[in-house]
Amino acid sequence: MSTETSPVELVSSSQPHTGKGLSADGVHVIEPPRARTPRTPRVTRGNFEMWAWLFMRLSGVVLVVLVLGHLVIQLVVDGGVSKISFAFVAGRWASPFWQGWDLLMLWLAMLHGSNGLRTVINDYAERANTRLWLKSLLLVATVFTVLLGTLVIFTFDPNI
Amino acid sequence: MPAGTLYRGREGMWSWVAHRVTGVLIFFFLFAHVLDTALVRVSPEAYDNVIATYKVWFVNLMEYGLVAAILFHALNGLRVIAVDFWSKGTRYQRQMLWSVVGLWVLLMAGAFYPVLKHTLTTWFGK
Ligand code: HEM
Repeated sequence: MSTETSPVELVSSSQPHTGKGLSADGVHVIEPPRARTPRTPRVTRGNFEMWAWLFMRLSGVVLVVLVLGHLVIQLVVDGGVSKISFAFVAGRWASPFWQGWDLLMLWLAMLHGSNGLRTVINDYAERANTRLWLKSLLLVATVFTVLLGTLVIFTFDPNI
Repeated sequence: MPAGTLYRGREGMWSWVAHRVTGVLIFFFLFAHVLDTALVRVSPEAYDNVIATYKVWFVNLMEYGLVAAILFHALNGLRVIAVDFWSKGTRYQRQMLWSVVGLWVLLMAGAFYPVLKHTLTTWFGK
C-alpha cells in the first residue's frame, strides 16, 4: 500500500467525529484511513496463518505419495493385512529407507492433521476458554504421539 | 450454528464437509495407530495380538472404510490445491470434483478384493 496520498482530502460533514479533519482555515482535512503514524506497530501481525495454509498444501502433496504408498504396501501387496506381524515390521525397519519413510510420514501427517484440527476447533468452539482447552489438549496429544512414534522407530529392536 | 461454518453452496459445500469429516476421522485413527504400533517395543506377542484385531472381519471392514476416507481426502485435497494454485482451478472446480468422485469409485472397486481378502478367504476359502 502506498502511503503517498495527497495531503489534503475533503471530509464529508458526517465524518469529522474524530475532530481530525478540521483544520484551522476551515478546510476539512483527514489522513488517509490507513496512514502509518509513528505509533503504528511496525509489524501489525505475523504471517503464521499464511505459513500454516501453505504447509497444509505442501504436506498434502507429499502425503499423497507417503500415505497411499503405505496403504498399498500394508494392505494390498503380498496378501494384504494377513502378512502383517512383528517379523514383517522387523523386515521393513531393517532398512533406513523405510525408517525414514515412516518417520517423515509420521511427522507430516501429525502436523498436517493437528493443524487441520486446530482450524476445526477455531470454527466450532465459540467460547475463548473452550478453544484454549481444546487446543491445549490437541497440542499435548500431538507432541506425545510424534515423540512416541519417533522413539519407537529409532529404538526398534528386532531381537527384543 | 456458529457463524460462518455453513454456507449454501452446492457440490462445493458438500465436498468441503466430506473433506473435513474425513480429515478428522483419519487424525483420530492415526493417533490410535501410532499407539498400537508402539507395542513393537513391548514384545512381539503384544504386537501380534493387537494386529490380530485388525484381522477380525468387522475391523477389516472398517479398514476398507478408512481406505475410503483417505482416498477421498487425498484426491479432493489435490483438487483443493489445484483450485488454489492453478489459474483455471476455480473455473473447473466442479469438473474436478466429479473426476475425484469417479476416480474414487474406481479405486474403491479395485481395493475391494485386496483389502478385504483376509476376510473373504477366511469365509469362502481360497
Ligand atoms: C493423503 C494426502 C492428503 C492430502 C492431499 C491432504 C490435503 C489437505 C488440504 C489441501 C487441506 C486444506 C483444506 C483447506 O484449507 O480447505 C487439508 C485439510 C485437512 N487435512 Fe488433509 N490431506 C492429506 C492427508 C491427511 C491426513 C493423513 C490427515 C490426518 C492425519 C489429514 C487431516 C486433515 C484435516 C483434519 C484437515 C482440516 C479440514 C478442514 O479444515 O476442514 N489430511 N488436507
